[in-house]
Amino acid sequence: MTGYILKRLLSAIPVLLGITVIVFLIMALIPGDPATAILGSYATPENVEKLNRDLGLDKTLVQQYFIWLGNMVQGDFGTSFALNRPVLDEVIERFNGTLILAGTAFVLCAVFGVIAGVLSAANQYGWGDKAITFVVLLGISIPSFFLGMMMILLFAVNLRWFPVSGMWPIYGTRDIWALLAHLTLPAICLAVVATGVVARLSRSAMLEVLRQDFIRTARAKGVHERGVIWRHALRAAMVSIIPVLGIQAGFVLSGAVYIEIVFQWPGVGRMLVDAILKRDILLVQGGVVFVAACYVLFNIAVDVAQSLLDPRIKT
Amino acid sequence: MSIFKFTRRAALATGAALTMTLAAVGGAVAQTPPGVLIVGQIAEPKALDPAAVTAVNDFRILMNVYDGLVRYKDGTLEVEPALATDWEISDDGKTYTFTLRDGVTFHDGSAFNAEAVKFNFDRMLNEDHPFHDTGPFPLAFFFSAIETVEAVDDLTVKFTLNAPYAPFLSNLAYPTGLIVSPAAVEQHGADFGRNPSGTGAFKFAEWRSNEAVVVEANPDYWDGAPDLQAVVFRPITDASTRTAEMLAGGIDLMVEVPPVALSEFQGNQYTVHEQAGPHLWFLILNTKEGPMADKRVRQAANFAINKEALVNEVLEGTADVAAGPTPPAFAWAYNDDLTPYAYDPEKAKSLIAEAGAEGAELTFYVTEGGSGMLDPIAMGTAIQADLNAVGFDVKIETYEWNTFLGEVNPGLEGKADMAEMAWMTNDPDTLPFLALRTDAWPDKGGFNSGYYSNPEVDELLEQARVATDQNERATLYKKMQTIVQDDAPWVFVANWKQNAVTSDRVGNFALQPSFFLLLDDVTKN
Repeated sequence: MTGYILKRLLSAIPVLLGITVIVFLIMALIPGDPATAILGSYATPENVEKLNRDLGLDKTLVQQYFIWLGNMVQGDFGTSFALNRPVLDEVIERFNGTLILAGTAFVLCAVFGVIAGVLSAANQYGWGDKAITFVVLLGISIPSFFLGMMMILLFAVNLRWFPVSGMWPIYGTRDIWALLAHLTLPAICLAVVATGVVARLSRSAMLEVLRQDFIRTARAKGVHERGVIWRHALRAAMVSIIPVLGIQAGFVLSGAVYIEIVFQWPGVGRMLVDAILKRDILLVQGGVVFVAACYVLFNIAVDVAQSLLDPRIKT
Repeated sequence: MSIFKFTRRAALATGAALTMTLAAVGGAVAQTPPGVLIVGQIAEPKALDPAAVTAVNDFRILMNVYDGLVRYKDGTLEVEPALATDWEISDDGKTYTFTLRDGVTFHDGSAFNAEAVKFNFDRMLNEDHPFHDTGPFPLAFFFSAIETVEAVDDLTVKFTLNAPYAPFLSNLAYPTGLIVSPAAVEQHGADFGRNPSGTGAFKFAEWRSNEAVVVEANPDYWDGAPDLQAVVFRPITDASTRTAEMLAGGIDLMVEVPPVALSEFQGNQYTVHEQAGPHLWFLILNTKEGPMADKRVRQAANFAINKEALVNEVLEGTADVAAGPTPPAFAWAYNDDLTPYAYDPEKAKSLIAEAGAEGAELTFYVTEGGSGMLDPIAMGTAIQADLNAVGFDVKIETYEWNTFLGEVNPGLEGKADMAEMAWMTNDPDTLPFLALRTDAWPDKGGFNSGYYSNPEVDELLEQARVATDQNERATLYKKMQTIVQDDAPWVFVANWKQNAVTSDRVGNFALQPSFFLLLDDVTKN
C-alpha cells in the first residue's frame, strides 16, 4: 500500500511541473505586462523598462521560470505586485474562503438535491413531481449572478435579514453566527444550479431502481412504502448518484467565482480574476499551482481511499 | 401516499428551522456605529505607502493618513501650505527653499523635520539609498527634476532642480509627495506599506486583508483633530454590490456610483455629491496619415459627434462636454473663451466634402474598460454611429485595457485612425506636455500617439514649464488651448464628474476637484 501511495505521489510530480510550465507560458504570452498595468496612463517605454527592472522582469523567460520554480520548491511563492504581500499567505487565506463557501454549497446541493430527486421519483408524474421538476428546471436555468443580485435585493436590501456582502461583519464578534449570516445567501445561490442537476439525476437513478424486481419483492413482503423508498431503493440508487455528486463538487468550486464577485466573498476565484486583470503574474501563477496541487492531491486521496474500500481496484 | 405525509411534516420542520435561523441571524445586520465612517471603496489597496502606489483608490486612504509639504486649497487645484508653512523660489526657478511646520510629530512619535523630508525624496530617487529597495516607486518620475535635497537646518529644506520645472509644487501636493515617517520605514522595511505612519488627521489602526482598512482619529493633528473617531475603508469591487451595501446601510459613503444606479439615491436619506475633476476623455486622431491627416476632416469629426447626447444619455449626466485639451477644473489655467465644438452634422458633411474624404474608412480602437475610461464600449458605439451618419465608414476594434495600452501607446501609425483615451492629471502641464508636443511622439518616449505637431504649441508648452509665475503660465496655457482646439488633433469629448453618495447620518462632506477623498472635517451621528 505504501508503495502504491508513493508511486502515485511520484507520478504527480510531472503533472505539477507541466502545470507550472503552462501557467508560466500563458502569463508570459498574454499581451500587456504588469508594469503597464501598474503605471496605466503613465506607462512611457522608459518608465515601463525601469519598473520591469525593479520587478525582476527584465531577465529572459527561461531564467524567470527557473528562479520562480526554484523559489517555489523552497516554499517561497514570491510577493504579489498588486497586493504587496506574500503570494502564499493570500492564496491560503482565499482558498480557505472558497472552501467554506463551496463546501457549504456542496452539502446543501447533495442533501436537497437527493431529497428532491427521491420525492420526485416516488411520485412520478404526480403533482409533487411536477412541482419539484418545475422548481428544479427554474433553478438550473437562472444564471447564478442574476439570482445573486435578486437575492441581495430582496433579502439584504429590502428585508434586511442578511448582510449584503463579505464574509465577516465589519463590527461585532466574529463567531459562527456571524459567519452563517454572511454565508447563507451566497451558499444557497451557489447551490441552486447544482441542486437542480443532482435532483434531475437522482430522480432518473431512482426511477431505474424502482422498476427492479427486488423493489417489487420488498413491497410484496409488506415493507412500508417509506422504507421501500428511503431504505431499499435509495441505497441502491446511491451507486449512480455518488459519481454525480463528485462532479458537482468540482462544479461548485469552479462556479464559486461568480458568487464570490457578486457577494464580495474573499475566495480564490475572485482573487485570480483580479490578478489576471492586473497582470499580477506571481499571484496568478502561485494561485493556479496551489489550487492544481490541491486537486491532484485530492484525486490521489480519493483513489487511495477507493482502493482501500474496494479490493477489486488493483494497487 | 405515505410519502406525502412525510413531506408535509418535513416541510413544516424545515419551515420552522428556517424561521429560527432567520430570527437568529436577523440581529447580525446592525446599524453602523456613530462616529465611525464606513467607506465603500472600489478595490483592495495595494499598499499604504504613498511612494509605492499609483491608484486613486489607494490615494483615498493615504490622503487622510499623511500630509505633504503642500496641499490643494479646499475646492480648488491651487497649492497652499501644509507641512511647509512657507517657501521661496529662486529667480532662476531652480531652487525651492521650504520652511517646515514646527512641533509636528509622526503617528509613531518620531519628529517631523528637514531630515525626514530629505529621507523621503532620497528613498524614492536615489538608487543607493539604504531604503530604496522598499520600492519600486512607479511615480518617482514626478520628481525626476530634483537634483539634490538638502536639510539646511532642522526646519529648513532646500530642493535643487536640474532645470526650472513649474509643476513642481503641484506634484508635491500629489499623493506621491506625501511624507512618511523615516523611523517607521527603518523599522518595517518592505513591510512599511502595511504598517504606515504619517502625520495626517487619521492614524493607521488595522488592515484586515480583503475586508477593511481601519484608521483612527489623530487627536494631536496639527490642523485640528477630526470629528470622526475612525474611518473604515471596505473594498467592494462590484459596483452593483456596492450600491446594494449603500442601500442596505452597510456603508455610509460610497464612491464611484455607476450612472445607472444614481436614481436609487433620490430619497431624502441620501445626498448625491458631484464634482468635476482634472479629467479629459478624448479621441486621439492619427494626424500623420489617412483621412485624419487633413485638419478639416479632424474638425468634421469634432462637429459630427453629439457630445451632449454622450454625456447625458450614455453617461447619464456624470460628465460635462469638454471644450479643449485642458479640463475646466484647472480654473486658473483654463481658457473660458473656448466653446465646445457644436453638434453640427451639416457642417461636418461640408468639411468632409471640401477635403474630399467622403466615405473614408476609419479604424477606431475601443477599450473594454480602464482607469478613467467611463463607459468606453457604449461611447465608442455611439461615436461610430455619429461618424457614419456624416458619411464615414468606421470600423471598431475592441481590446482589453492592458492590450489596448500596448497598441495605442507605441503610436497609431499603420494601425488605426482614431483611439479612445482618458487622462486624469494634477497639473495643466502634464497632459499636453506628454501627449501634444512634437518631442512627445512615441518614438521619443511620449504619449503623442497621433503624431500631432505644431511648433507654436511646442514653444508655448516649453515656456509654460519653466515659468514660475502662475499668471504667466496661465496666459501661455490659454493660448495653447485656442490653437489646439482649432487644430483638432483630438476629438474633445467629456470631463468626468466624480460622484459619491452619503447617507443622512454623514455631514460636512464635499468632493474635491483633485478627486481625493478628504475626511478630516466630516461628521457622522
